[in-house]
Amino acid sequence: MTEQCTPKSVVEFWRWSEYHRILKDKKWTSKDLITAGVDVGSVGSKAAVMVNGEAYSWAVARTGSNSPDSARKVLDCALKDTGLVVSDLKYVVGTGYGRVNVPMANKAITEIACHGKGANYIWGPSVHTVLDVGGQDIKAIRIDETGRVISFLMNDKCAAGTGRGMEVFADLLKIPIEQIGEISLKVNEEPPPVSCTCVAFAKTEALGLLRKGWSKEKVLAAYTRAMAIRMANLINRVGLQKELVITGGQSKNIGVVSRIETALGVKCLPIPDWRENGLDPMVAGALGAALFAKALYEKAQEN
Amino acid sequence: MITAGIDLGTQRVKAVILKDRTILAFRQSFSGFDPAKAAEQAINAALKQAGLQRSDIAYVVATGSGMETAPFANGTISMMGADAKAARIFFPKARTIIDVGAEEARAVKCDERGVMIDFVVNERCAAGAGAFIEAMARALEVKIEEMGPLSLKAARASQINASCVIFGESDVVSLIHRQESKPEIARAIYEAMADRISSMAHRLGINPDVVLLGGVAKDVGFVAALNRKLSVNVLVPNYPDFAGALGAALIAASRVGGERK
Repeated sequence: MTEQCTPKSVVEFWRWSEYHRILKDKKWTSKDLITAGVDVGSVGSKAAVMVNGEAYSWAVARTGSNSPDSARKVLDCALKDTGLVVSDLKYVVGTGYGRVNVPMANKAITEIACHGKGANYIWGPSVHTVLDVGGQDIKAIRIDETGRVISFLMNDKCAAGTGRGMEVFADLLKIPIEQIGEISLKVNEEPPPVSCTCVAFAKTEALGLLRKGWSKEKVLAAYTRAMAIRMANLINRVGLQKELVITGGQSKNIGVVSRIETALGVKCLPIPDWRENGLDPMVAGALGAALFAKALYEKAQEN
Repeated sequence: MITAGIDLGTQRVKAVILKDRTILAFRQSFSGFDPAKAAEQAINAALKQAGLQRSDIAYVVATGSGMETAPFANGTISMMGADAKAARIFFPKARTIIDVGAEEARAVKCDERGVMIDFVVNERCAAGAGAFIEAMARALEVKIEEMGPLSLKAARASQINASCVIFGESDVVSLIHRQESKPEIARAIYEAMADRISSMAHRLGINPDVVLLGGVAKDVGFVAALNRKLSVNVLVPNYPDFAGALGAALIAASRVGGERK
């Protein structure tokens, strides 16, 4: 089940779809332990609801200027049509950039721990390296078989390669953001990566390349490749150990994913079919938070 | 003897014409997409101001990020070399020279004879250059030339992400939503930039006299913030944006002089 939680506005190329979903054939009863994770990112907010530690429903929405409102909105969206209300949730964990501002959360946990846990839940114990490409930062995380974080590296100083940077590009080249990855692959030959990845300079640099006769596809390819190389370097610095997966919004950008694979010489585990009945890697942090919520609730009951 | 210096910056091209090391004329044009054409415009405007012909110029030295594209230059000089040369003309005791342009910033360290010992460059990251102030002025809906005076009205600064223009823009928008005052936001923008520039210059070590050059040196808000940050009185010449072109023209004069010897 997929539908818009907010009305679609005029053409804004950066705008990715907000949606909510309830997994088919999943049910809950009043005896079940129902927990939730709310991941308020700098650009996107995600909420996941779990029944006895199994994914049940989730929602993805844009983060507004107010973190508590964004948290409430996305959780309401995830609960929509489930028959559940916020008070049915036994335990809620907040995570992400705005995690301290999740009003209904019983506890806040860093998104690094949550993405590790969530990646382990989505792909299983073979995952040892997670690249989370968020709206404003890029994290390379090493995890063990249980999804526990061993080490991580983060770049939160520069927009190049982040989701926010991609949004600027979508607007600049007037290409809907969800098509950017595929369009960047429509080149006969891979152009050299651009030397300057600064998003603020992209406007003049990209226009300069277009004036030189480069196609939009070629410009995108050169930028995407430069960004993918930055991400691959971060993974190499944290130490790549197979299997590798990508979470966050950019996991859906095939142009970025395939170029990271080329730069590293390894394949990522494929993302589930999130458009159908599979889990969405963008929701990995919220799923991890909901799992932590279950564990924390059970621990509290023991005491 | 007539010599010229031309500085092909990312945003503007500056031209200076000298007669025996005295400034006859200086003019600028916008770089646009055709720096060679912009260079022609700038040098022609300066020639007109001086009442001279192209054939009157004995030697032209080009500098700036687009120095290779100047069609009429006889030679080139690095931006650091041009900075060092120009700074010494205005301030003979200059030891640390900071140049903040539209898209790049650099610091140059000189010995007591004015010879460059070392330099450091903030390359192609908008957060440490004039582009940062431009982007923030747009976000604040303030004219770029009003930003500096506005920031001087604030006694304190707001908090913003200084490491990236793109993130800084979002921060400025949320500060406006929170109804923080524009002068305090403007001051935060300059403090952030001064932070970046001073930490870059500190890698070389700061020795007085400290001279500030480049287009951003005209911005009183930035100069005030850098003074606070470095705790020294930063010296700024008149027309600091023409310093690179002036340095190049001086180099041109010495090259011709050298040939004649």
